Amino acid sequence: MGDLDLVAGSELNMNLIWASILIPVATAAVIAVASARAARSLAALGSLASLGALVAFAWQFPAWSTGAIFPEPCGCAWLESINATLGVGFDSVSLLLALLEAFLIPICVIGSWTAISERQREYYGWFMLLHASILLAFAARDVLLFYVGYEFTLVPLLFIIAIWGGPERRQAAQKLFLYTFLGSLFFLGSILFVGWQHHASTGLWSWDMATLSTFASVRLPANTQFWLFAALLAGFAVKIPLFPVHTWLPLAHTQAPTAGSVILAGTLLKLGTYGVFRLALPMAPEGGAALAVLASVLCTVAVVYAALICWVQTDAKKLVAYSSVSHLGICMLGLFALNPVGAQGSVLYMINHGLSTGALFLLVGMAYERYHVKDMDQIGGLAKRMPVWAFFMVFFTMSSIGLPGLNGFVGEYLCLFGTYIATGDASTGYPGLLGPGFALVAATGLVLGAMYMLLLVGRYVFGPLREPKDATHGKHGHHGHGEDHGDLTGREVGLLVPLALVCLFIGVYPKPMLQAIGPVVERTLAPYPAAVERALKSQPHAAEAAQAEPKEDDRG
Amino acid sequence: MVDMSQTAVLLAPEIVLFAASMLVAVLGLSRSTGTRSLVPWVCVAALVASILALDAVWTPERIQGANLLFPMLGKYGKALIALIGIGLVAVSAGSIDRRYEEAVARGRASFDALRVVRGEYYAFLLLSLTGAMLVMSAPDLIWLFLGLELVSLPTYIMVAVARTGRRSMEAAMKYFFLGALATAVTLYGFAMLYGATGTMQLISMRDLLAEQAAGPGLSATALLGTILTVLGLCFKLAAVPMHFYAPDVYEGAPLPVTAFLSFTPKIAGFSALVTVLGTVGWSGHAMVDHDGIRIAYQGLPQPITAVLWMVAVLTMLLGNIGGILQTSLKRTLAYSSIANSGYMLVGVIIGPQGGIGAMYLFMLAYGVMTVATFAVLATLERKGEEVDSFESLSGLRSSHPVLAFLLTVSALSLLGVPPLFGALAKIVLVFVAFEGGQASLAAVLLLNTAIGAVYYLRFVGAAVVNPPNAKSQDVVAVPHWWPKAAAVVAGVGIIVLPAFLSRLVDASATTVDGYIDLGEAVVSDADDRPSTSTTD
Repeated sequence: MGDLDLVAGSELNMNLIWASILIPVATAAVIAVASARAARSLAALGSLASLGALVAFAWQFPAWSTGAIFPEPCGCAWLESINATLGVGFDSVSLLLALLEAFLIPICVIGSWTAISERQREYYGWFMLLHASILLAFAARDVLLFYVGYEFTLVPLLFIIAIWGGPERRQAAQKLFLYTFLGSLFFLGSILFVGWQHHASTGLWSWDMATLSTFASVRLPANTQFWLFAALLAGFAVKIPLFPVHTWLPLAHTQAPTAGSVILAGTLLKLGTYGVFRLALPMAPEGGAALAVLASVLCTVAVVYAALICWVQTDAKKLVAYSSVSHLGICMLGLFALNPVGAQGSVLYMINHGLSTGALFLLVGMAYERYHVKDMDQIGGLAKRMPVWAFFMVFFTMSSIGLPGLNGFVGEYLCLFGTYIATGDASTGYPGLLGPGFALVAATGLVLGAMYMLLLVGRYVFGPLREPKDATHGKHGHHGHGEDHGDLTGREVGLLVPLALVCLFIGVYPKPMLQAIGPVVERTLAPYPAAVERALKSQPHAAEAAQAEPKEDDRG
Repeated sequence: MVDMSQTAVLLAPEIVLFAASMLVAVLGLSRSTGTRSLVPWVCVAALVASILALDAVWTPERIQGANLLFPMLGKYGKALIALIGIGLVAVSAGSIDRRYEEAVARGRASFDALRVVRGEYYAFLLLSLTGAMLVMSAPDLIWLFLGLELVSLPTYIMVAVARTGRRSMEAAMKYFFLGALATAVTLYGFAMLYGATGTMQLISMRDLLAEQAAGPGLSATALLGTILTVLGLCFKLAAVPMHFYAPDVYEGAPLPVTAFLSFTPKIAGFSALVTVLGTVGWSGHAMVDHDGIRIAYQGLPQPITAVLWMVAVLTMLLGNIGGILQTSLKRTLAYSSIANSGYMLVGVIIGPQGGIGAMYLFMLAYGVMTVATFAVLATLERKGEEVDSFESLSGLRSSHPVLAFLLTVSALSLLGVPPLFGALAKIVLVFVAFEGGQASLAAVLLLNTAIGAVYYLRFVGAAVVNPPNAKSQDVVAVPHWWPKAAAVVAGVGIIVLPAFLSRLVDASATTVDGYIDLGEAVVSDADDRPSTSTTD
């Protein structure tokens, strides 16, 4: 393809990106003034149109195999005095995540069709704004714009959980908001610091991600990079969530309405992993290398600890929520292996996790809509009532625990393999700091994962039929069709089939995805071999340096 | 010498407001209800006229002769005061004396010139705004002091004017006595500054202090004078250690007066603070290290920076932690006002290199958010009383969806959710703190934003999330459109103004145009002393 085509097509492509972001905003505005009855149809239309725009963009996307950013970020200034811009553009990783988001949103909207009966206009309006801000975060090439999208997601999510959630929804929403708000302030502080440093040493303002990453990784001293990475990781760790700061997530998941859980697990948590991948790792390689071991320890703790918690859960939704913590631990471990294998696996895992965990939340929600019970002590053996539901439940459980042939396997395997080979041996070109020990511990997490997921299937799906006695009274007022405990409707099957097909496709033929992710990953990890080498070498020296410093002070 | 006729022209905006306040005082006593209802219109017209007058008279040629330390401060600052002033008038209109006016209109009460408060309330409101404007064009300490007093004296009366009961009276007494104490501290500081320099003129003072700084360093009298002035002004800012009055007075005062108190004294106080610190300057100070070598550094003299740093950090922390503990809406907003002063102090510490501009940008955002929040609250009432608890706001969404939306927008903006105006203005402040080498202050500011989120979320939770309860079912909107209009305009402003952020940043940066810092004054001293500084 010629350069001229690219230039001519670039404006159209830019418009397509903005269309996919702004269509949901416009839909929200229309929903605000339309009738309550039309809200859900409008939302479905808006989300499908947004998906359409993004697919059209992806169709023409020329950089699938090069890892480049397309279209080139424009210089359209938003805050001229510091050169903050409205630059948007995708590389293949962010485009895949954005496609995941645009793909999940219509499923969430149509999945809420019967579950949400109160305050529908507000619900679908907030959902559209949530969609727009997540897409904006993935599309942004300007860190401040990314921050705007990243942070604004909190507001719609706050309302979606606090208004349409379970009995403890207020505490859940407040906890979610305060945790992640505090986390993102660390992130804001860090990027402002980097922008200021860039100005101080070059005399120019720039907030472009690539420019700042290059600048920070090359020009900032190792000590500064250490703290920069620590602050960025602290910020994103809350969102991912990593082990000590994960406590908001199970509560948020269990209290959120089904679609809220789907989008939370599907793409919102990915904003955290994406943030580490896009900003923390490229900006501060010295810090990344120095902190990789500590972060990986936290990841492995999360993998095992959350898996053990899952084992004793009786609440089906909470079980899926904790499994999410466990799985994201593996995902982050792959990233901190700091080699292309692990990082490729990690990015693929982000997408897989969004698909399969999203589908599991959807399925648990469908059963909840029929029985209004999530506790597996009261409910079980639903395969007898709902064979189609049971089929999908088993399918996505297999996908989640990484059955070969389904999507989960590829990402999981690559993450663990990447961790395994991430030893100090430089012969692969990418020396790492982890090694077989980490891979072994994380693999026990996988074994545990298979056990608790099968336990879930065994009790919840199969086994003797147990139904709550009062479920037939229909506490939530679904008179008419709400009480029948029949199998999935055509609408529900229609939601699950596309998800299942994508899972199957990725599982059977992951090559195109991996090829698309590969070049971006290599570019991101480019400074790491050298940084890791230095980290490996400096470890014995660090102690000497620490002893040398006070001596100098004494002399002065 | 100061050319008085030129100065008088420069004061056209203040003169317009002063004349309007006299007119309003008379109109408000009229027997005709129709004439009395003109009063808010006259106020708004006068404020618009003062902006137009400001635009016409505040030209670089005219300010040349005015001998101002911050010659361009008045242009942005006075326009800001008038603009937010319009919002504050709208918040007051229709609630301050509505009961009595309604009774008169329905013939249930006879008109009594001694009972009607409309004239005096609006006259004092305009006078206080006039005082805030005068602070910005003060060439000397006496003028500055008189301007500050003109801000405060009317507000003492406004707190008491609504006569809603003993609380209002208690608040007024507290406000008056503590205000008098703070004024005494400020005045003592001014006296010491005079003692240290022998002049009242701010520019001469700056030059003399520059000589001191270049020579032996600032005298102890000058430092102590500045610090005392800062502490006295903290009362106007509602900053630690002079913040104790704020929750009680904000709670006791009628709601529109609370709105007024959270903006007007604050902008006047900050302008006075900037002006006084401007004589000391943010550059050219030397620090003697332990080897006895003098090292020049950027920023205010170290003792003053230390005091301001502590004041800023404590103000942010006490404001936000105090806010979490409240159940009353007005007390919560009082602590919010304290916390926001802390944020703005960060800009003052950084100084003319972006800091003061960022402070005035935040002041604009804070003004708009204040108008939006208080206008929504002023629109609501429960059994004829102001709403003052979060329970009363519960389920506001179902009864008044637009008001609930506007309250949510302003609370989220105060909380700091991008891309709302308050968040972006706060980011600019954090940014200049980094730039000015105060990374620790930037960190404290960010941390406090997170603490503040706890109580700002309560507004959102009450208005949008919670269902209506027994207490909130009696909440109705007042039949006046003034506060509603103010709420809509300010709420839309919070959403739309970020699109013009670039221009607003540039505009607020003009406040320090033409200011010659002490370090530069020393340099220009050597080659060519500016003619404006030789006054006597």
